[in-house]
Amino acid sequence: MGRYVARRLLQMIPVFIGTTLLIFLMVYALPGDPVRALFGDKGADPTTVARIRHDLGLDQPILKQYWDYMTGIILHFDFGNQIASGRPVRDVLGEAFPVTIRLASLAFAIELVVGIALGVWAGMRAGKLADSLVLIFTLLLISVPVFVLGFIFKLVFAFQLGWMTPNVQDDTNYSQLLMPAIVLAALSLAYVARLTRTSIAENLRADYMRTAVAKGLPRRRVIGVHLMRNSMIPVVTFLGTDIGALMGGAVVTEGLFNIHGVGGTIYESILRREGTTLVGLVTVLVLVFLFTSLLVDLLYAVLDPRIRYA
Amino acid sequence: MTIIDKNADVPAPRTGDAATPLLEVRDLHVEFHTRDGVAKAVNGVNYTVSAGETLAVLGESGSGKSVTAQAIMGILDMPPGKIPHGEILFQGRDMLKMSNEERRKIRGRKIAMIFQDALSSLNPVLTVGYQLGEMFRVHQGLSKKEAKAKAIEMMDRVRIPAARERVNDYPHQFSGGMRQRIMIAMALALEPELIIADEPTTALDVTVQAQVMDLLADLQREYNMGLILITHDLGVVADVADKIAVMYAGRIVETAPVHEIYKRPAHPYTKGLLESIPRLDQKGQELYAIKGLPPNLLRIPTGCAFNPRCEMAQDICRTEVPTLHRVTEQDGSELPGRGSACHFWKETIHG
Ligand SMILES: Nc1ncnc2c1ncn2[C@@H]1O[C@H](COP(=O)(O)OP(=O)(O)O)[C@@H](O)[C@H]1O
Ligand code: SF4
Ligand SMILES: [Mg+2]
Repeated sequence: MGRYVARRLLQMIPVFIGTTLLIFLMVYALPGDPVRALFGDKGADPTTVARIRHDLGLDQPILKQYWDYMTGIILHFDFGNQIASGRPVRDVLGEAFPVTIRLASLAFAIELVVGIALGVWAGMRAGKLADSLVLIFTLLLISVPVFVLGFIFKLVFAFQLGWMTPNVQDDTNYSQLLMPAIVLAALSLAYVARLTRTSIAENLRADYMRTAVAKGLPRRRVIGVHLMRNSMIPVVTFLGTDIGALMGGAVVTEGLFNIHGVGGTIYESILRREGTTLVGLVTVLVLVFLFTSLLVDLLYAVLDPRIRYA
Repeated sequence: MTIIDKNADVPAPRTGDAATPLLEVRDLHVEFHTRDGVAKAVNGVNYTVSAGETLAVLGESGSGKSVTAQAIMGILDMPPGKIPHGEILFQGRDMLKMSNEERRKIRGRKIAMIFQDALSSLNPVLTVGYQLGEMFRVHQGLSKKEAKAKAIEMMDRVRIPAARERVNDYPHQFSGGMRQRIMIAMALALEPELIIADEPTTALDVTVQAQVMDLLADLQREYNMGLILITHDLGVVADVADKIAVMYAGRIVETAPVHEIYKRPAHPYTKGLLESIPRLDQKGQELYAIKGLPPNLLRIPTGCAFNPRCEMAQDICRTEVPTLHRVTEQDGSELPGRGSACHFWKETIHG
């Protein structure tokens, strides 16, 4: 196991370099010049522009820029400064991530509880009415785009019923974050419910379930221990990989509800050609993805003893 | 070992309380309501098992052996399964009339079952120690630690080497034979009165089949349990069973004490089964096989269900269902325990 983890960590290095370099190159290829934009329509003095570009290191070859940026992050935890405001990107990240983590963990909790509950409910009644209802409901969630769902939520719960404010004013207030979190969780919730349902329905027919009944175990033990322990393996795996997706995938939801988290900041940075901020955000997200996927693989081995890593 | 010890091993009289056998199945019917129609898997099965007695249930696959066993255990899939008729008396009480909770307390504690495929029948993600210990924790309220000690003891009982080291292993880490020993240990854990073994050796290598069968027979004698041994292999039962019930299309077509059936079968189907056992003295000859296929349970032939495949079939076989006749000697003297559901049993056994 230890050797496996070490090997996985080593494998992460090229993946990390590859993805961040790709992002760096893409940002570089974006049309528009952030320095020239500083001067608005007035038209800038070319020598001033050149000086600022030199100070920011933007006149260096792209690979040199990448190298400097990465060594800055790794050695000094320094993500550079924003071009327009001059604020350290580290501070921007420090503001954006806690918001998104709050939103994503609330969404994750909803996805976990509601998704598994729906899936178990349907799976235990495969082929019956309850099962069909869950299948239709989740199909609906999967097929409706997030921004439509978010818009409907706003319209109904904020404008018509007045239960919530349409936009999030205080992003430390979980009751305000609830609606965006539900919208963010909707898609994954549908997948979790369907995965759980299939897994439960399949394992219900397994031979070892018949054995568990034949042993004279009470029903709640047959279901709670023997069925759940097996059925949850694929679900836990999916939930693990979904953590990263929830954090990165909040762009639309955060925009819709005016939340200034990672998604909102990414959106802004693209508009303003803030390369350093964008690369910083994505770098952290890449790390989150890499570590959650390692965690999921390790969890998988813990849950299913037939999987052995060497 | 002394002679007295040996005597102590001899089981109590096999009949036990002669009035009520341990298990009595009476006119059991099981049907499955499926999209294609009603499959009549069991159509009036009767048999009894006493303490210390081994009943072998024999028949081609699909003849309803497992379904009968599942009905006794109370683990039928219902729906689609249904028991429209019949009684299953355990120690004189009809289990089909008991509450779910009453039946659950019999399962595992009084009647236990060993399944054919130990790999799929054991839970893949729980250690064998946990699965064995569960019996003691649930039924006897032992602590986790006590249960584990008991689990090790049971693994020793079924002669699994290095039980203490292996108690925390998972089913897939054992060989087929060892896994089936674990199934046996689990079934025996609470020293039940009756064990149902559904083809316990079919999934095993030929070399370990005999070992596992011997182990089961030894333990059955030691605990003086009733045993229902389901198999489609006539070769297995000769040494182990006391009596045999042959099933065809959900019915018992012949019953007999074990050794008599080899000598003188009283039903053409049994005869066919016996003739299809490979024999050393007939090496090189083509192996006999009963012609045709087992019947479709959605449309069981009228009269004797075996008639389309039977070489002795007459007109009456296509119209009248043969009851289980008492089989006697030619001179009419009693042959205890023998019965045949064939209109022409006399011709078959004496002809
Ligand atoms: N869960 C089920 N659903 C529908 N039909 C079943 C089910 N279980 C058994 N059957 C039917 O019962 C018949 C007898 O099965 P079984 O008792 O397993 O035969 P065997 O003698 O080989 O053990 C099968 O051929 C099948 O048609
Ligand atoms: S009753 Fe007729 S068909 Fe059935 S086994 Fe006897 S002879 Fe054959
Ligand atoms: Mg079977």
